[in-house]
Amino acid sequence: MYTKKVMDHFLNPRNMGEIENPSCVGTVGNAKCGDIMRMYMDIDENGIIHDVKFKTFGCGAAVATSSIATELVKGKTVEEALKVTNKAVVDALDGLPPLKVHCSLLAEEAIHAALWDYAEKNGIKIEGLKKPKSDIHDEEEINKVSY
Amino acid sequence: MEKKIYLDNAATTKTKPEVVEAMLPYFSELYGNPSSVYEFAAHSKKAIDEARTIIADAIGSESTEIYFTGGGTEADNWALIATAEAYGQKGKHIITSKIEHHAILHTCEYLQKRGFEVTYIDVDESGIIKLDQLEKAIRPTTILISIMFANNEIGTIQPIREIGEIARKHNVLFHTDAVQAFGQLDINVDELGIDMLSASAHKLNGPKGIGFLYIRKGIRIRSFIHGGAQERGRRAGTENVPYAVGFGKAVEIAMKTMKERTKKEIELRDYLIKRILSEIPYTRLNGHRTRRLPNNANFSFQFIEGESLLIMLDMNNICASSGSACTSGSLDPSHVLLAIGLPHEIAHGSLRLTLSDENTFEEMDYTVEKIKETVDKLRKMSPLYEDFVRTR
Repeated sequence: MYTKKVMDHFLNPRNMGEIENPSCVGTVGNAKCGDIMRMYMDIDENGIIHDVKFKTFGCGAAVATSSIATELVKGKTVEEALKVTNKAVVDALDGLPPLKVHCSLLAEEAIHAALWDYAEKNGIKIEGLKKPKSDIHDEEEINKVSY
Repeated sequence: MEKKIYLDNAATTKTKPEVVEAMLPYFSELYGNPSSVYEFAAHSKKAIDEARTIIADAIGSESTEIYFTGGGTEADNWALIATAEAYGQKGKHIITSKIEHHAILHTCEYLQKRGFEVTYIDVDESGIIKLDQLEKAIRPTTILISIMFANNEIGTIQPIREIGEIARKHNVLFHTDAVQAFGQLDINVDELGIDMLSASAHKLNGPKGIGFLYIRKGIRIRSFIHGGAQERGRRAGTENVPYAVGFGKAVEIAMKTMKERTKKEIELRDYLIKRILSEIPYTRLNGHRTRRLPNNANFSFQFIEGESLLIMLDMNNICASSGSACTSGSLDPSHVLLAIGLPHEIAHGSLRLTLSDENTFEEMDYTVEKIKETVDKLRKMSPLYEDFVRTR
């Protein structure tokens, strides 16, 4: 079902984890649909992303797209990172099954969400960046379930 | 451990070597068409009759009430559509449950598009259908109640006898999809008040591609597949002799071994459930604790997603299944898990393990260890778990 590259990034995810005191964090997705991605970035004073980490709740493709997305933005400038599209994510993984292409869109959104947070925190405007959707999960629903 | 651990017996089972052996002569040696008149074909006729008798005995029916089909799905389609056609004059209302297999649910949708009304009865949190709601749903125009014997995902066994009594009391036909239950549980159609019953061979170590529909004598439902006079004119097409023979053999073995086999499965199942629930936090058992199929265990692990878990288990040679959206080919998780009241994100994190008597305690131990490792790994990757830990 998945390419070797997807399996590799799923089983050995790159840059998985958290950054303490990150420059910015973005979380996208919806637990209802089964995918949530969170991306942490450390961006230096020159606008270069010198560290990036992720956490993902989701299927194999969701984990793999997050992992490859962190590789695609690491070391880039904010402007360059903004140009990483979902297509670039799919290509870098040697393709995704059609039903899983939405995972690559989520990865693109995660980058945008982190950059939005960065722009807000620093009071700057990044050309071409739109406010990402945020709709993570419904606490009330989960608390209803007994364990 | 290089050996494969197969824990997906609700999806399909291994065809037993004895079953294959029983089938083999009917391919290249005794290949006559049962409908032909010459002596050579009589072997085929006899073989199919014997298989039918074995199956009839297994559910306490007459052999003339057993109709072979191309599988459980065809039997379900036939039971619903042909009943709707035959009894549509009396009324156009059908009752079923929210946790049926898609072979029933999608057939109901098909009938709804053709003017039938369908009521979908709710289940409680353990997956047992609400009998009071069922009885109240019956109208003068209700022609059929179709409720599965036991659920394929969460294993919950329905109160079939009570449903049969309700159906009888209101003079409504009662069909049950027994695809998962047949060969696992005692079934007697007269004692349980069942009018129609669907089953499939490949769930009980028989071949794929054959099932049957039991139709109680006197029920008017007609042919679904039109053509020759096979199956007493109700299901046309040359009989699949080798598969019917294999089905018969599988049923013979399943009936002979049922008591001992299910006892072993229950021991393995309960051991697995006990270990998983006590050793992995934020885990729940889906389905009823005791009124469940002997071989079914279904869990939800909070904060993780099922497909990831399945792939990682597969890397450790464990075959299992999940009710997560990613494994269903849609955006929604299993309708069964939603019907028992699970929120989407908990339903996404489900894992179904369905055992056979060939599994061992050693395999259960290995499986528990691998699930623990994997759940732990996936939770460490999960932003939901991170949020949970932070706010704890």
